[in-house]
Amino acid sequence: MNAPDKPPAKIQIRSLVKRFQNLIAVDDVSLDIAEGTFFAIVGPSGCGKTTMLRILGGLETVTSGTVEIARPKPGRPQYSMIFQGDSIFPWMTVWDNAAYGLRMRKAPADEIKASVSMWLDRTGLTRFSGHYPHQLSGGMRQRVSIARAFANDPEVLLMDEPFSALDEQNRTILQQELLRIWEVDKKTVVFITHSVDEAVTLADKIMVMTASPGRTKSIIDVELERPRNVLELRNDPRYGKIVYGIWGHLKDEVERARA
Amino acid sequence: MTNRDTGTPTERNTPRVATGVDVGETQRLSARRRERLMSIGSPLGLLLAWELAAQFGLIDVRFFPAPSTITSALIELTRTGELIEHVAISLQRIALGFMLGGIPAVIIGISMGISRPVRALIDPLISATFPIPKSAILPFILLIFGLGEMSKVVMVAIGVFFPIAINATAGVLQINPIYLDVGKSFKASKWDTFRTIALPGALPFIMTGVKLGAGIALILIAVTEMVGAKSGIGYMIWSAWEIFAVSKMYVGLFTIALIGFAVTFLLREIERWVIRWKPDP
Ligand SMILES: Nc1ncnc2c1ncn2[C@@H]1O[C@H](COP(=O)(O)OP(=O)(O)OP(=O)(O)O)[C@@H](O)[C@H]1O
Ligand SMILES: [Mg+2]
Repeated sequence: MNAPDKPPAKIQIRSLVKRFQNLIAVDDVSLDIAEGTFFAIVGPSGCGKTTMLRILGGLETVTSGTVEIARPKPGRPQYSMIFQGDSIFPWMTVWDNAAYGLRMRKAPADEIKASVSMWLDRTGLTRFSGHYPHQLSGGMRQRVSIARAFANDPEVLLMDEPFSALDEQNRTILQQELLRIWEVDKKTVVFITHSVDEAVTLADKIMVMTASPGRTKSIIDVELERPRNVLELRNDPRYGKIVYGIWGHLKDEVERARA
Repeated sequence: MTNRDTGTPTERNTPRVATGVDVGETQRLSARRRERLMSIGSPLGLLLAWELAAQFGLIDVRFFPAPSTITSALIELTRTGELIEHVAISLQRIALGFMLGGIPAVIIGISMGISRPVRALIDPLISATFPIPKSAILPFILLIFGLGEMSKVVMVAIGVFFPIAINATAGVLQINPIYLDVGKSFKASKWDTFRTIALPGALPFIMTGVKLGAGIALILIAVTEMVGAKSGIGYMIWSAWEIFAVSKMYVGLFTIALIGFAVTFLLREIERWVIRWKPDP
């Protein structure tokens, strides 16, 4: 499938078009995402970001074009999704939520136990493992959904604005936590956000999308070394320059989306 | 009202508002206590009036035997074990009927909620049969299942099936679709989707169906046992009427009301446990 002259991409999108009745949500997007890349997608509201991620996650069909995620190593799931908004099951405890993916793929009990306790620990939720979601704050619930995705140990993570519903302090804290978690084994991540700052803070590569119908406007490399510190980054002149540059690409699109 | 001529409107109003709150608060509290006393007192008062009226011959004790007479009938029926036996067999029929009707109701109801084709297939059948008064099909059930245990159990089963199935479907349909997407993205099998998402998500609604079903089950078991049975609390009431043992009839009524209370209480406790994951309303 892969072109012989290039390193194989972990995710390959070719001429993707998605149409809802007479609305074109995604229009001819082609994209290669290399293994281990933290890839962010920014774009104005309604430009088709969620649609694209849902197609990657097999929750939506394509109208035309192809989408491929490389086959995982045996015994590992291909991908896990983190959804836009509250998506952890209110009828399960924190522990059961975090264990969900592993249980669905019938992982052995000791693996479930080890992985869940490790990820609850890394997300600071160990003390709350017996709690139900309604007993948690919004930030803690979002951490549960992160733990649920990571504990499943997939090769690719698909995240749809995981922090957009949070207040700024919680968002900053969770961004740092996500970076720290991600550094451990550098999974391939597709991260959707409408925040340019967030994209620059987290990602290696950023795709800017046009207002609806969503197309690729540009792809930017973020050349900031890792590990990154979310707070110190903001003081880095290169950070401001990159953010400013992306706003240049995005400004027209946001205005177009509002028109 | 009397000091119309003193002070400005503000001076007059300020203290009055303040005391008004205090007085209102204490009045409300004592009013609540009074209401509670009244709600305990009214049945007791009625019983007392009834007893006196019966003792002094103001009412016809053939129709309204004195509470004391009913109480001694209750004691007698309990002592001989007759009452317990009838209650036990009725409860057994209700329990079996609940399982026979409730389990398929949950499975079918949830399947209808999950799958459009299943809904399209079964919904018309349910809509068409639901309005038939369940007591009206009793002769039909007796014809098919005879006078044995099965006919009673089936009547209860039919009665509880509808509210549970209909609520289960509604319960699944109100589940936020994002949870089904989560299941799909974690590759949950059909059975796992049912077990981990549809069932727990619909459970609050299903419990409502179960509570409705319990009320219907009580009505149907009484009616069924009156017509085609030689045991059970409904039979006891009916046979007491036939031999004009009025006190015994009242004991039966009292008992069935008590069963109703007990079942309601039990189901409320079960519900509280089953949906403990819900925030307190
Ligand atoms: N199931 C659907 N049926 C019809 N139209 C849809 C459907 N899902 C999305 N759309 C439309 O497709 C377009 C893109 O939606 P999408 O959710 O992908 O946007 P988005 O970029 O994620 O926006 P946001 O930043 O607000 O989350 C929107 O105009 C939306 O109304
Ligand atoms: Mg979206």
